[in-house]
Amino acid sequence: MKKMDRIALFFLALAIGVFPWGVGGNQYFISLLVFLGLNAIATMGLSLLMGYAGQISLGHAAFFGVGAYSSGILTTQYGLPPLLAFFVGIFLSALIALVVGKPTLRLKGHYMAVATLGIGEILYIVFNEVAPLTGGPSGLSGIPPLAVGGVAIEGTSFLYLVWGVAFLLLVFSLNVINSRVGRALRAVHGSERAANAMGVDAARYKLQVFVLSAVYASMAGSLYAHFVSFISPNAFGLMFSILLLMMVVVGGTQTIWGALLGTGILTLLPEYLRGLEDFEMMVYGAILLSVLLFMPQGVLEGIRRIGTRRKGQVA
Amino acid sequence: MISDFLSLEGLEKTFGGLRALGGLDLSVREGLIKSVIGPNGAGKTTLFHLITGILLPTKGQVYFCGRRLDGLKPHEIAGLGISRTFQNVELFAHMTALENVMLGRHRRLRAGIFQAGLRLAGMRREERECRERAIEELRFMGLAEKAALDALSLPLGEQKLLEIARALATEPKLLLLDEPAAGLNPRDTAQLSETILRIRERGITILLVEHDMNLVMEISDVVSVLNYGRKIAEGPPREIQRNPEVIAAYLGEEGNGAPA
Repeated sequence: MKKMDRIALFFLALAIGVFPWGVGGNQYFISLLVFLGLNAIATMGLSLLMGYAGQISLGHAAFFGVGAYSSGILTTQYGLPPLLAFFVGIFLSALIALVVGKPTLRLKGHYMAVATLGIGEILYIVFNEVAPLTGGPSGLSGIPPLAVGGVAIEGTSFLYLVWGVAFLLLVFSLNVINSRVGRALRAVHGSERAANAMGVDAARYKLQVFVLSAVYASMAGSLYAHFVSFISPNAFGLMFSILLLMMVVVGGTQTIWGALLGTGILTLLPEYLRGLEDFEMMVYGAILLSVLLFMPQGVLEGIRRIGTRRKGQVA
Repeated sequence: MISDFLSLEGLEKTFGGLRALGGLDLSVREGLIKSVIGPNGAGKTTLFHLITGILLPTKGQVYFCGRRLDGLKPHEIAGLGISRTFQNVELFAHMTALENVMLGRHRRLRAGIFQAGLRLAGMRREERECRERAIEELRFMGLAEKAALDALSLPLGEQKLLEIARALATEPKLLLLDEPAAGLNPRDTAQLSETILRIRERGITILLVEHDMNLVMEISDVVSVLNYGRKIAEGPPREIQRNPEVIAAYLGEEGNGAPA
């Protein structure tokens, strides 16, 4: 891990740590930060997939949904412990990602995007139609909160749990980036032909990252189900997949930090724009458009460029 | 024939109606430097792409140490001990010189995504060793001080050397060099020829495609001459230089209207 990463990790941990005190235990702000953390877990995986494997997934909401429904169904209808349900969700998501990814990642081009769009729609239909298990369009309610020794993990402690998971996955991701696997993926990005000639099996690593990103999304989905206690298919449709994708693009795909920044912006922005009422969507759209027009590399890179330009002028 | 180190048998490659290679037989003996020369378009780079699996032959076979190569994927062929450089340098952008060479050791490392993500002890040891070996290769090519620089920020001459360092890091048995001297000044070329000889001393067999005749004639053990996708001559450098067919291929045949 690089020095800058360590510094950023430290400040992130510090910010999350003091946040509940900063807002005086305000439940609205705490749940906002929980949602930010859940989205961040999913977008980190997506960032690895886009920035390092150069692939686009239009079906990540469905993996989020697989996690949520695994946790929801298994804990309410089968009485399984939440931790076990959590791992079942991971297993199912990984399996689906493997089946979809294996044939598509061997092809060049945007087959992956199309295939994930397809699997996203299929899973959306499954969530809707397998009503005896999922509750169909009217949803699944009464999902118990996570608990340790009979004490429910709610509010601030759930915030710490979500961000603890996010933090571990962030460290895991940074380690992967700065390893043999990350090196191989960056090399493939630079010249796939040369990487192959040096013995790198590009398809294999792209598949691994895709499976990893599906697992991240599933983890976020499981935690989400326990947090909101009610889930319905609409939360896991194409719109949410695109929103997750937008978070990564707005923040920037060069580093995983860009995904975190983008997630922060797009999770919080609607909350701040709510006061504009009828104009909310218009302003939201205008902001997204101007980011893509003026900072096509994402906000993080945009800020960095402005910073270096300043420095250049002083010198 | 099959018992040879590297042997190509009746290798043919056509692109649409264009025949780049037509029934080429070529064998390379272990431990030697073999050069392939020929006018532009003679099929030299196609030959390299066929050996390394980037292209599939239309007809014919490639054998390496008794194993058939054609049909294997490029990364599998690399795993059998064949490495290469590219005519138009293909280094990895946004990676340092050191990282480029470390990538060359990819197949010598084992850590998968989990060992890497959790930074297990074995993975950390492996990375440390990989770094040391990569630095050694940089030193061998005289690039040790450039380790931390972005690979593409180096001048062309050093980029070419860096590409060789990356190929050496794979610990190849056979190294394919595609025009390593192109774009180099005479002093760098002299240094390059010395370097190639040192690579042979490490026990690595070299197949060289090159236009710089001084370099080819100075270091090669055997020279093969291609023209229009066929081998027209083969032998030690001295013989090749006097071969009338070779001279004709390079200078144009007499009475062909070539201006004097």
